[in-house]
Amino acid sequence: MKVKYFAWVRERVGKAEETIEPPATVRTVAELIAWLSGQSEAYAHAFEKPKVIRTAIDHAHVQSDAAIAGAREIAFFPPMTGG
Amino acid sequence: MTATCPVTIRIQQDDFDIAREIAVLTQSRTDIGAVVSFSGICRADEDSAKVAALTLEHYPGMAEEEIKRHADEASSRWPLSGVTIIHRVGRFMPGQNIVLVLTASQHRQAAFQAAEFLMDYLKTNAPFWKKEESATGTGWVEAHARDDEAAARWTRS
Repeated sequence: MKVKYFAWVRERVGKAEETIEPPATVRTVAELIAWLSGQSEAYAHAFEKPKVIRTAIDHAHVQSDAAIAGAREIAFFPPMTGG
Repeated sequence: MTATCPVTIRIQQDDFDIAREIAVLTQSRTDIGAVVSFSGICRADEDSAKVAALTLEHYPGMAEEEIKRHADEASSRWPLSGVTIIHRVGRFMPGQNIVLVLTASQHRQAAFQAAEFLMDYLKTNAPFWKKEESATGTGWVEAHARDDEAAARWTRS
């Protein structure tokens, strides 16, 4: 699946997007965040406060217990500050 | 009679011309009795620091879709005759335009309320982020609880 990062999440991860293949045991957004956090210091830093992170699956906001099965694109970003 | 509600959504670097956008929204229409416009402008005074510039980043694709969902929600809640939402991205100086919301209706109440609803939802749900430059450095703007509270008051129980 494709993963995108925005604002300070992007800066901390060090890239805007990538394609990842998490193991089948990773089923939810929260589990994906935990798995990514274990990949490197950069991810751990980006996701150090998981409750602050907002997630969208295929361009729609989801909660951290949302299933990631079938997702084409998952995006992680801070609370929004537009307008 | 249910009037049609054309929705225009644009995300662009270029500035917008409010008078021109209102003219486009109302042209060839005789059913519109009210147009409300909201402009969001880059402000220099943020808390105690002087802001030198703001950079707006967005999530292309989702930003348009999320704004469209809000516009559809607004037109289902109020009898609207048209909606225009323009959000700029890029780097802005104090005094420059950032966002425009136009709502048109037969009567003013629907147009006022829908414009306020759209801005409250846009601030908390549309994927845009502001980075602020000031004399003390550069940093991402933090979301305000007051914006969440403003959006929450529109939640239907």
